[in-house]
Amino acid sequence: MSALPLVALVGNPNAGKSALFNALTGARQKLGNYPGVTVERKAGRLALSDGRPVELVDLPGTYSLSPASPDEQVTRDVVLGRQAGERRPDALVIVVDAANLDNHLRFALELVALGLPTVVALNMVDLATRDGLELDAAVLARELGVPVVATVAVRKRGLDHLREALESLLNGAPRPYPAGETRDFDANRAEARRIARAAIVRETPSRRLTAAVDRVALHPVAGLVLLLGLLFVMFQAVYAWSEAPIAVIEGLAEAAATAVRDTLPDGILRSFLVDGVINGVGSVVVFLPQILILFFFILMLEATGYMVRAAFLMDGLMARVGLSGRAFIPLLSSFACAVPGIMATRTIADPKDRLTTILIAPLMTCSARLPVYAVIIGAFIPARDVFEFGGGYGIGLQGLVLFCLYVAGIVGAMLVALVLRMTVTKGASGGFLMEMPKYQWPRPQDIALGLWQRAVIFLRRAGTIIFASTVILWILLSFPRVPDGDPTSQVDHSIAGRIASGLQVVLAPVGFNRDISLALIPAMAAREVAVSALATVYSIDAGDDEAALEQSLGDRLKRQWPLPTALAFLAWFIFAPQCISTIAVTRRETNGWKWPLFMVGYLFVLAYAAAGITYWTATAAGL
Amino acid sequence: MRLTDLPLRQPAYVDLIDWTLLSASEGQRLREFGLCEGASVEALHRGGLRGKGPVACRIGRMTIAMRRAHAAAVTVRTGPVTEADATA
Repeated sequence: MSALPLVALVGNPNAGKSALFNALTGARQKLGNYPGVTVERKAGRLALSDGRPVELVDLPGTYSLSPASPDEQVTRDVVLGRQAGERRPDALVIVVDAANLDNHLRFALELVALGLPTVVALNMVDLATRDGLELDAAVLARELGVPVVATVAVRKRGLDHLREALESLLNGAPRPYPAGETRDFDANRAEARRIARAAIVRETPSRRLTAAVDRVALHPVAGLVLLLGLLFVMFQAVYAWSEAPIAVIEGLAEAAATAVRDTLPDGILRSFLVDGVINGVGSVVVFLPQILILFFFILMLEATGYMVRAAFLMDGLMARVGLSGRAFIPLLSSFACAVPGIMATRTIADPKDRLTTILIAPLMTCSARLPVYAVIIGAFIPARDVFEFGGGYGIGLQGLVLFCLYVAGIVGAMLVALVLRMTVTKGASGGFLMEMPKYQWPRPQDIALGLWQRAVIFLRRAGTIIFASTVILWILLSFPRVPDGDPTSQVDHSIAGRIASGLQVVLAPVGFNRDISLALIPAMAAREVAVSALATVYSIDAGDDEAALEQSLGDRLKRQWPLPTALAFLAWFIFAPQCISTIAVTRRETNGWKWPLFMVGYLFVLAYAAAGITYWTATAAGL
Repeated sequence: MRLTDLPLRQPAYVDLIDWTLLSASEGQRLREFGLCEGASVEALHRGGLRGKGPVACRIGRMTIAMRRAHAAAVTVRTGPVTEADATA
């Protein structure tokens, strides 16, 4: 591996670096981590025109080599050859936004002065042209002293030129720029400005499209309405768009179970395959469509440039609980999964802001809770419209309940942040400083690639963690076997059933029955396992009862759980403290066990209290 | 006039920056965003119902979101931008 030449893609945030990286490497990407830090390492293979492979690494965007956050530090250390686990790049591709030359050239000059073989990709020239800017790449190359290639990630010609330029750099063309000619910040800025003026052939100052959209999107009232509307559509879509694909997956699982039942004789192996593998894993895989829909919205919000606008709108509110609008972005990502959300906090420079954001990130309803919510809501909340708009359109009650659960998580997070900022993370609040990129329509390939990577991660989880915990649970549930003629059920007789009966002593006051106690243990591995665990429990419980086997998980829950128990279960999962990956990533991000333990502790207390209050209220109300 | 008082969408340029009102890291980041004496600047949007929220301003060719406290450190001049200012 180390035999391949290493080329690093480096540049300012919003220079279109990731789109260029995707266009150069296609789907052949490897996501990993730099050792010791949770900064994601994105690498891919690029074939030069003579077919020679090169390893291309996409470094986190930064504004200079004076880092303000952990991910910017990685960029500096890699280009200086000081990053552990990474060799010094053999060449740099500096990505600059053609429409923002003054600024991006300053950083480019800083990088060129490092003396590494360098080519500058003058990126997004199409958008610059749209904004009335005409540039001369030849002038730029002469002034910078390094080759400059005009690129647009969607067009092949620029990419080919970039490959050719890299090839001649790696073939040992003489160093175009003497190393060591470093200027200070102001001198670099003045030089960048001079070069930009020289390279600009014609310009009309305009960002008309972005300015027009922002008048609405950043408006204190209209902007908030738009943001809430977008979030509401997102959560409705998670239900509405997923019906058909879910039916397909359910059909496949059903067919597989029937096929196994028809071919294998009754016995342990058949029970293992049907109850453990197909019912257990199938009940989680079925949520792939909903998770992808959620990720689709989040990827779109990020790629269009809207996410920073949302941060701007939310800054006032976030400031009131001692955070900044910047924290909104990792928190919104946490709706998909707290792990990337917590990793995204590394862009927050202020350590206390960052710690508070990490601690409340698990309160954002992650997609792993979606299967749990979906099953319970599907079983206990009637599928009817609460508001009729006429013409058959309305707001579904199920979607509304889901929305409320999300809101409950957000309100809980804000209150927790407020308390934390007054106690354990006390201190002056960091500021809010962000660049607002131009709006742009994302390339469908980039969105598709992002969704593909998420689908692979989810299915890999289903195939490993979820599969393993389902199998272990099946074993614990199936042994020891109930002797023939004994009236106790298999579940009650099993090891797992006995453990759950013990646990239930603690959980019974908040309305949790034995099956819930049982499902909560494997759900430590991954929250959605709660669903597969319940599926396995009821599958084993049903035994050979044909009528029971025909029923869906939802139908069985509805028959066996009183409504207050179901509601308490939902309330528990708003806080859902159990998720090993979140605990692990928190430990890594905070360098120790103190904060993850604190997080788990406060989440357990809140989950127990919320479930209890819900259960007692619902019981008192006679539900 | 301070950047906080600059009417929306009225082009101006930076006259003076009181770096003492900004922390070292905030000052550094603002400089990286292109904030310097002589830079062209324009207030584009104010957040919050009472205008107390963050400010979005154009600095050069970039749009930057900042808190009011940051904008208050920047003194601006309005009027036509002369060539001398532009190259300052």
